[in-house]
Formats: sequence, structure tokens, C-alpha cells
Amino acid sequence: MNVQSIADEYEKLLPEITPENRPYWDGLAAHELRLQCCDECGEYRFPDSEVCPRCLSGSFTWSAVSGKGRLWSWLRMHQRYLSVFDGVRPYLVAYIKLDEGPPVISTLVDPPDELVFDMPVRAVFQPGFSDRTILKFAVESPEPAA
Amino acid sequence: MQHESAEIAIVGVGQSDFRALYAKTERPRDAYALAAGALRDAIEDCGIDKNEIDGLICSRVQYDRLATVVGLQNPRFVHDLEGTGRMSGLALQEAVALIASGTVDVVACVYGNNGRSAKVTYGGDGGGPTAAYDEMYGMTSPGAYVALMYQRYRGMYGASEDALAPLAVNNRRHAALNPVAVFQEEFTREDYMRSRFIAEPLRLLDYCLINDGAVAFIVTSMERARSLRKPPVRVAGTAGMAHVTNYYTAEDFFYSACQDVASRLYRQTGIAPEEVDCLQIYDNFTPTILFTLEGFNHAPRGEAWRWVDEKKIHYDGARPMNTAGGHTSESYMQGWAHHVEAVRQLRGEAGARQVPGCATVQYMCASPIVTSHILTTDEAAA
Repeated sequence: MNVQSIADEYEKLLPEITPENRPYWDGLAAHELRLQCCDECGEYRFPDSEVCPRCLSGSFTWSAVSGKGRLWSWLRMHQRYLSVFDGVRPYLVAYIKLDEGPPVISTLVDPPDELVFDMPVRAVFQPGFSDRTILKFAVESPEPAA
Repeated sequence: MQHESAEIAIVGVGQSDFRALYAKTERPRDAYALAAGALRDAIEDCGIDKNEIDGLICSRVQYDRLATVVGLQNPRFVHDLEGTGRMSGLALQEAVALIASGTVDVVACVYGNNGRSAKVTYGGDGGGPTAAYDEMYGMTSPGAYVALMYQRYRGMYGASEDALAPLAVNNRRHAALNPVAVFQEEFTREDYMRSRFIAEPLRLLDYCLINDGAVAFIVTSMERARSLRKPPVRVAGTAGMAHVTNYYTAEDFFYSACQDVASRLYRQTGIAPEEVDCLQIYDNFTPTILFTLEGFNHAPRGEAWRWVDEKKIHYDGARPMNTAGGHTSESYMQGWAHHVEAVRQLRGEAGARQVPGCATVQYMCASPIVTSHILTTDEAAA
């Protein structure tokens, strides 16, 4: 597949942008991770849904979150399930727990050779194989010694 | 008439020849033809009159078409369960509840699947609630979500590279003793380690095998059961609990839900885990067996990978497990064939893989709906 047809195929994998999830995608385009936060109890949720899973309130605000999280687990996908990934197999998939609560599936950019459970990660905003910006993560570099 | 749940029995079982159905076909097989065949075998197995069946529970096939195909036009209760593996345990639970409440007297639970010939892949389409947010990272297929759990498990408890090998080897050794099992050629730990990765750390030999096939079982009161053809298999107890999140990945490996189900089941039946003669464990992917053994107190937490060894879990060992070959070697019948094997073991019909003196079998499924039953011979009633 050439770059254009990969991009076309990849676009089909992306969630359709709807009035309900548009704030999420607008956030990523602005290099910000935004989640629904419940106006009643402050619970964050992902992906978008009508009511708070904690208190059932239907009132919420899309709020920017820290983008920080922890690497809970990962795998390397060898199987050819989705042909647009042919050029990068085997590829890394990560399960990340955001500091604000919700877990998300993502990947790590420039991962270190050795991954460690619960290592801190931060959101980065990059395209996948098409133009749309998606959420990825990078391992937090240790604070430089003072 | 109302019954205590321990006064309910599985009386008839039927299933396809999974090995024969693994052969390639030009066109998809008809899941209804397969389901009807399994139901016919289950009816024949117990000798009940077809017209006595007044409840019909289906999974992966639908009641209206199936009832029409098999001429069961007036059941008093019908229910289609979704075509997922977690539903096989639920089917028996629902049948027990319906009979216990007096709603119906005889329930047929029927499963039919043409997944292989219809080329179902369980990856690359469909998926859970967040599938649309996962596929952009190439994340797809239930096995991959289990791989995430196993990676974490391995890190927490230091499980070795080949920790899953005895589970895959055990399934295959049992399948070699099961004439209808799809894969019967035995392999070694070294062969296991040479098998290719799918979602690393999981390998091909950790995966269930998608196939065509059908399973049926017939459930009724113990009272009615005693006058039927075969010795009844008592449902000594059954319990369940969901653990539902956005992902198939459970951050505690389904431990808390399994513990809740286990405590109710063992209390209800008065049977302790060490008293169970044969374990039938839902094994969509081999790590699920480890999570189950720990969740149901068969092995200490974090140590199931040390607890399993090939001798212990063989049919003639101390803790026989998945004696028909399981999902990785017999056929992926989404837990349904594990129920049939439980019945056969309790009746002494398991041939070359018969567990000596088998009087108590436990079915367990660690999944977004955790279920477990303890089945016993009539004599072994607690």
C-alpha cells in the first residue's frame, strides 16, 4: 500500500467525529487531552457518554486534564489483524491509567528498551497514519539532577 | 412445580464431531443444522419426548429459526443469549432458575456456531465498547486484552517465560484421548516455546481454535431425571457475578468477582475446592486458567503458574483439568463443550480420559461475567 491508501484505510479505523465526541478531538488538535468531568461529583470519564457512571448526573464539562498517567501493561502485536499496520509490525500497544482515573489504550512514542510497570508517562499529540491528531504517550524523562 | 436448585439435573447432552467439522468447506455451514443435530443427540441421550421440552435457551443461534427447524413451536419460555463465551454458564443458570421457579419443566439449552466456515476472526472488527478508540493503535481481538493482563500478572508474580506451556500441553494431551477433538498431535514444552507470538507475550498455542460446531444440553428436575435413560447429573450449585468495564482487560484479573462467586458457591454446596474431582475451566486463552485457579481458591494467589504441572492436571493426576482438550485443542465452543465434558465425566462416559471415581466437577469461567457451577452424581449429593 502507498502512503495515501494507508491513510485512507487508517481513516476508516478512527472513530467518526460526532457532536458528542467533538470536544475530545478538538482538544487533541489543540494538543490538549480533554475529558468529560461530571459537574455533580467531579468524576472523569472516557470515552464520551451521556451520564456520569458514578452518580448518573447528565451534567458535565469537557475539561483539560494533566495528560499524565502510568503504564499499567503493554503487548507487542505480531498478528496481522489490520493491514495498515503492516509496515510497523510487531508494534507496541499500551494500557495506560490516567492520573484522573480512566484507563486508555494507546501506544508509546520512542519507547525505552526496557519498559517498567507503572512507569510515569505523559500525553503527546501526533498523527497516526493520517492527518488527524491522536493521543499517544511518551515515557516521562527523569527530572534532571539539580 | 417449584424445586430447590440442588434438585435440578442435566439429563441429556449432545455435540458435533468437532474434528470432522474442522475440514474446510466451500460455503459456510448452516449453524441451525449443526444446532439441530446437537439437540437431536441430546434428546436421544436422555430419551425424553421432544414435546416435553417447554423452555428453549439459545446462544449464537436464535430461537425462532431453531424452534421452527426442530419443530418446537410452542415452548412456554424462550430466550436468545448473545453469542459470547460468558453466556454458556449463564444458559445453565437460567435453565436452573426457570425450573426451580416452576416456570417450565424441561429446558433445552442450544448453541450453534459456524465461525470457522463463515471466517469469523474475533479481531479486526466488532469488539468492546471502546473498540473505536482502540483500533487506531492496532489494538483488537479478545486475546490481546488478555495478553495485557498476563503481561502484568507475569511482572507481578515473576512467572517464567514458559509458565503457560503446561496448560497448552495438558489440553493437547487430553485432546489426543478425545476422538472428536480437532488437534490431537501432542507437543512438548519446547515446541510450545517455538510457536509464534500473536499478541506477545501470548503465542499461537495459547489461543482457542475457532471452529464450526454445536452443543446442546437438556435440564429438568431431579425427580423427572431419575426416570430418564442416563444417570442424572445434579446441579449442586451455581453462582455468578459480572465484572464489566470498557475493556476485556480486568485490572485484578477478575479476582474479586471470582472470589465472590466462589464463596457463595462453596457455601451453597458445602463442597470445598479441594473436594472437586475434575476442573472444567473456560480457556479462551491459557492465562485465563491461571486467573481462574486463583480466583476460585484452587491455587494460592500469584502462584497458579507454579501450581500447575503436567502430571497434576492430567486426567489421572491429583487435579484433573480440561479433560476433553479445552478450547485450545478440542474446539472453541465458548464453554459449552466444557459442560458436556463435565456431564460425561460424572457419568463415567469419558472413555480413555475418564477421571477415576469422578463424583464432583466444577465449571468455572473468568470473564466479564464470571460463572461457576458444581455438578455431582446423584449419589454424591451434599
